[in-house]
Amino acid sequence: MTRRSRRLVLIAVALAVVGAAAGIALYALRDNIVFFYSPSEIAEKAVEPGARLRVGGLVKDGSLVKSSGQNVAFVVTDGAHDLKVAYQGLLPDLFREGQGVVAEGVLAAPGELRAETILAKHDERYMPREVVDALKKQGRWQEGEASAK
Amino acid sequence: MIVEIGHFALVLALCAALAQTIVPAWGARLADPVLMALGQSAALTQLALVAIAFAALVNAHLTSDFSVLNVAENSHSAVPTIYKISGVWGNHEGSMLLWVLTLAIFGALVALFGRSLPRALRANALAVQGLIGVAFLLFILLTSNPFERLAPAPFEGRDLNPILQDPGLAVHPPMLYLGYVGFSIVYSFAAAALIEGRIDAAWARFVRPFALIAWSLLTLGIAAGSFWAYYTLGWGGFWFWDPVENASLMPWLAGTAFVHSVAVMEKRDALKVWTIFLAILAFSFSLLGTFLVRSGVLTSVHAFANDPRRGVFILAILAFFIFGSFALFAWRAPVLKQGGLFAPVSREGALVLNNLLLTTACATVFFGTLYPLALEQLTGEKITVGAPFFNMTCGLLLLGASSVMPIGFSLAWKRGDLLGVIQRLTVAIAAGAVTAVTGAAWLRGGSIVAAIMAGLAIFVIVGSLIEVVTRAWRPGLAPGLALRRAFGLPLSFWGAALAHMGVGMTVLGLAGVGFGAETITTLHRGAPVEVGPYSITLDSVGDRVGPNYRETVAAMTVHSGATVVATIEPARRQFAARQMATTEAGLATIHFGQIYVSIADPTPDGDVPARLYWKPLVTLIWLGGAAMALGGALSLADRRLRFGVAARARAGAVAAAAE
Repeated sequence: MTRRSRRLVLIAVALAVVGAAAGIALYALRDNIVFFYSPSEIAEKAVEPGARLRVGGLVKDGSLVKSSGQNVAFVVTDGAHDLKVAYQGLLPDLFREGQGVVAEGVLAAPGELRAETILAKHDERYMPREVVDALKKQGRWQEGEASAK
Repeated sequence: MIVEIGHFALVLALCAALAQTIVPAWGARLADPVLMALGQSAALTQLALVAIAFAALVNAHLTSDFSVLNVAENSHSAVPTIYKISGVWGNHEGSMLLWVLTLAIFGALVALFGRSLPRALRANALAVQGLIGVAFLLFILLTSNPFERLAPAPFEGRDLNPILQDPGLAVHPPMLYLGYVGFSIVYSFAAAALIEGRIDAAWARFVRPFALIAWSLLTLGIAAGSFWAYYTLGWGGFWFWDPVENASLMPWLAGTAFVHSVAVMEKRDALKVWTIFLAILAFSFSLLGTFLVRSGVLTSVHAFANDPRRGVFILAILAFFIFGSFALFAWRAPVLKQGGLFAPVSREGALVLNNLLLTTACATVFFGTLYPLALEQLTGEKITVGAPFFNMTCGLLLLGASSVMPIGFSLAWKRGDLLGVIQRLTVAIAAGAVTAVTGAAWLRGGSIVAAIMAGLAIFVIVGSLIEVVTRAWRPGLAPGLALRRAFGLPLSFWGAALAHMGVGMTVLGLAGVGFGAETITTLHRGAPVEVGPYSITLDSVGDRVGPNYRETVAAMTVHSGATVVATIEPARRQFAARQMATTEAGLATIHFGQIYVSIADPTPDGDVPARLYWKPLVTLIWLGGAAMALGGALSLADRRLRFGVAARARAGAVAAAAE
């Protein structure tokens, strides 16, 4: 093989691999993007039931109900709007009423999310950034609230 | 007083780092050996000073000196000693100090062991390493001072986050940092080579041990972190495609590519420019990881308490070192003498394919991690790219890599015989196919991905073994002689074989996920619950008191049929200082699989809500990582590749020629 054809083989293989990877990436991306909303945005945008999404806010005080079979229900609020969340399984250790939470799942009915994943913060000083933004929009967040000092 | 000494040492370390940056670089320009040699002393001084600072902080934590803000916020007098020490890097300020300490250690290694290097190359590399030190020391001193005092001192500390009170914290961050920061030395050498405009196989021979150290430790660090997350987060996942995990995976992928391409450069004097590019890329990803973790731009379980100033500062460092090095690369790379081309079907050709797959995987992870950030900046929409995206893209690339890995490993340099290699690997191919078919039959209509993965994993493991056997044994050779020949094989070959088997083990462990079982239920005392081939019975629920927590322990027995296989004690721990609870999973290792039980707080009548898993082969995921790291270490121990051997041999040859 000449120098030139070797180089061509190399370039062709490289393009094939990168092209295939880009194709797969775009295909995978189509189905696997999850949008993040606050309860207010869900209400405003009238998100259709069946949509997969992430919602973030505070767990409303007094809303947590545990029933048999490890079924849990609680309300996520950003102060202006509420969203009911149902979940089956063990809640994270740092899940608490009045604290920030992010839930990912499918909107079962308007105003009700069937969550598959519940993320609570990892550290009591730390608040998920999306939750901070959502609360800021409703004017319920003071800068520095989450910082250590 | 000790705390102030630590702070002062850190300021002096900055001065030393400045000297390390300016003097040797200047010396290299003037070709002045005295100025160039000053780089070594500066690097050693910097290490000594940073070590003093670090020791001072460790001391403050050990003695629970709550007049230091960092200690007051992250420690507690009742915390066990080991967590007092590991708590030093369980927070932002302390972990940055560890980062800089690692940086100084690697600089000092070059100063100590670089005697055989061309003087100017060493001087320039030390200067670049010094510059990285300057940037991060400034960052610590200006935005994240761990020695800040608190007046009045509180009576008690706020405690170390209970999730971090785990042996994992003692292992995972130091390993990870040694790996991350280890690539800084590779980067510094790449920059030095670009500054000089000269690069050869000797460069590769000297940089390779550093790359192997960094790569092995990074592998261990990632594996340790994955195992820690697995047993501590309570849902048995070992990889979440969390931005911060991705941030550690990217330098690993680039570093893995580098370790392979540098071998081509060393043996065949080719791929020089590409290798330099990878060296820059690997450390750039380390810096990017540092930025992602510290700035809080991405939501992650690893987030530290954030301060926007820090994010901007690190972004500036990141931009300087990444753009600076790529500008240098664009400017100087054309000067470097190109190596020869080679046949596509050859060891080096296969290594190019390996590099292609690894960098593509790296690019995919990069895209998936930063796409949400870019989209939010552009459109304001908030999205997450879920695990399925990464599983699909990286999974396919991993499968692709596994299916060509043994073939590439068996090909000869220069011109390989593809047909011959495939013939040699017949047994491996057959073993893989049998595994895949058996697995598919076992799963009966379930996802066949797990079966294919298991098949490829066996192919990789058996394929690596076959290569070892082929090298040591020919038909007709006595077994004893073959064994002696096997021990005589170069350690770097053994290392590569072991690392490849490690990849196979990890893939096999990943495949095991598809064969597992999961049950979510509430356990009643004495009533067995089936999970996979085992049954688990709750025996009793009791309370225990630990050094700084109380725990509720649910004692359980694992049965296989009528025989007791293991007893486990999953628990819930209550930490009084922070009013926090953690879940301790109950684990029992059976062969290479694990029974995994995590519990919630027991109900008043003594029932225990629980998640029960049977995870076959799961330990192989981390054992594979350990095997990869051990492979790297073996390769490092190869006599031919030790520091300075190449130059000494060369010097000897020159001396012999002169006689």
